Amino acid sequence: MTDTLVPPAGPAPSRGRPSGRVKASSGRFPLTASSGIGLGVALVWFSVLVLIPLAAVIGAAAAGGWGAFWDTLTDAQTFAALRLTVVEALLVTLANAVIGTIVAWVLVRDQFFGKRLLDVVIDIPFALPTIVAGLILLSLWGPDSPVGVNIVNTRQGIFLALLFVTLPFVVRTVQPVLIELDADVEEAAASLGASRFTTFRRIILPSLVPAIAAGSSLGFARAISEFGSLVLISGNTPYETEVASLKILKFLEGDNQDGAAAVAVLLLIVAVLTIVALDVISRRVARRG
Amino acid sequence: MSIEVRGVNKSYGDFVALQDINVSLPTGQLTALLGPSGGGKSTLLRIIAGLESADGGSVEIEGTDATRLPPQKRNVGFVFQHYAVFKHMTVAKNVAFGLEIRKRPKAEIKAKVAELLELVHLSQFAHRLPSQLSGGQRQRLALARALAVEPSVLLLDEPFGALDAKVRKELRDWLRRLHDEVHVTTVFVTHDQEEALEVADEIVVINEGRIEQIGTPDQLYDEPANDFVMGFLGEVTQLGGVRLRPHDIDLSTTPGAPHALAGVIVRALRVGFEVRFTVEVEGQTDPALVVLSRTHARALDLDVGAKVWLRPTTGATSVPVIGAGLGVATA
Repeated sequence: MTDTLVPPAGPAPSRGRPSGRVKASSGRFPLTASSGIGLGVALVWFSVLVLIPLAAVIGAAAAGGWGAFWDTLTDAQTFAALRLTVVEALLVTLANAVIGTIVAWVLVRDQFFGKRLLDVVIDIPFALPTIVAGLILLSLWGPDSPVGVNIVNTRQGIFLALLFVTLPFVVRTVQPVLIELDADVEEAAASLGASRFTTFRRIILPSLVPAIAAGSSLGFARAISEFGSLVLISGNTPYETEVASLKILKFLEGDNQDGAAAVAVLLLIVAVLTIVALDVISRRVARRG
Repeated sequence: MSIEVRGVNKSYGDFVALQDINVSLPTGQLTALLGPSGGGKSTLLRIIAGLESADGGSVEIEGTDATRLPPQKRNVGFVFQHYAVFKHMTVAKNVAFGLEIRKRPKAEIKAKVAELLELVHLSQFAHRLPSQLSGGQRQRLALARALAVEPSVLLLDEPFGALDAKVRKELRDWLRRLHDEVHVTTVFVTHDQEEALEVADEIVVINEGRIEQIGTPDQLYDEPANDFVMGFLGEVTQLGGVRLRPHDIDLSTTPGAPHALAGVIVRALRVGFEVRFTVEVEGQTDPALVVLSRTHARALDLDVGAKVWLRPTTGATSVPVIGAGLGVATA
């Protein structure tokens, strides 16, 4: 090692690796052969399935130029559909964050008859084809409703359908975290004088917030993209009950590819922003305690 | 009396965890609840803290009947084996928790937290998260958190059980010094007799849900109430009709001493500064264990196969064997 006195000009040498044995790449993050292949496969897979199609749809939206894109989105009917979608999805997400946490709590902390059955039933809305979910809701709340309530072609109907299909997300993300929580910690809080409510707010909830946020992001993404159940329920009345996914279908049926792509891109942006926002919120809350 | 436990019973289904427990612990004392795992000592500690409720009996803390009080109202500090720190809060926030709940002024909380972190030698870690601390540091944090609310009693449930041997010994010494400084009535649970003998002012030996003996470390070691206490506090062997400690046996290479029993050395094992001989004694089923210092053993020039005569040293602590051949703890 005569060159140890010479400061390396190139990238930092890989540390702790016997040189010359494996031909390591000399980049900033040196990879072994196997992890190189792994990374390659992951990137190709991700590109083919996600990145390239995403680029294609953004390309399609941009094809008509910025003006056409903007015109589509500011068209009153399209804008109404987008606003309805986002507002409904946010309301549903909020409801899920609260109710989903309560359901998870009951499933983990309480002992009752039929608990395991309920635990299985929670997944049904997720496992069902969404069109079947729509049919199920129609059979109870449709025009031939046995209880005399018809929600078809109402915003309440959309809300209910979205609640149904997004129910499991928060429950399933919060449940394992709740199971892992130490009973010790709650007892420690109690012996320090904290009431049950204070213990929940200051000790338990901060541990659950990341899981609640993760479940909520998934639920929100599902809600803004929901199609199957809404086809049957929403009635698709412009300005009233028309949602973004159905609007995209309408554009495609009217042979307006650019319009469809524009709405798609906007939904994509909303989804990304929401997921980032929820992540930031969860970090903040989890740290503050 | 700081803690007065009277007639406490506790069962889980068919399993009797505690049976008619009566014990009073004086103010300012450091007491150990010692016993084998599953003997009920942790249950007793949790009943005193209010984390568990007794089926019967009463618990009095500093003169007030606490039997029906929830843990929040008992003003006890509790330290758990696995630390139970609040993971999402910094070290300082953990310590401040109890004070914040009591709505103390901010300045007072800050001063108190600084003082306690000083006491447990964690001042430089005030703004770290518990995940950045070692096990021993986390346990000291848990102790500071418990002391912050100025509890009338401090309860520790196997506080050093999750730590490695070296840290355990350090923390043990440190706890003793801390207690001499703070003087809060302290009860700690342990299954390690050395820990109890070294740290405690008084030891309560609990086995199978009952108290076997209460006394100072010296009393327990020198005058064990029964076979169990004797066996639990240190190594025990059998010679003739009594059970006694292996280092309390006189070994001689010549006959003649009154009441000496003859035997043959079947095994010799050197462990550090001592030598442990296993001796087949005539007319006794279990062999006896004799421990000599290495110098002593060398002077007698002993080896496997040598014929020896054994008898208890004068003043040896011994208890009669209950039922012949029922040697429990013979090594």
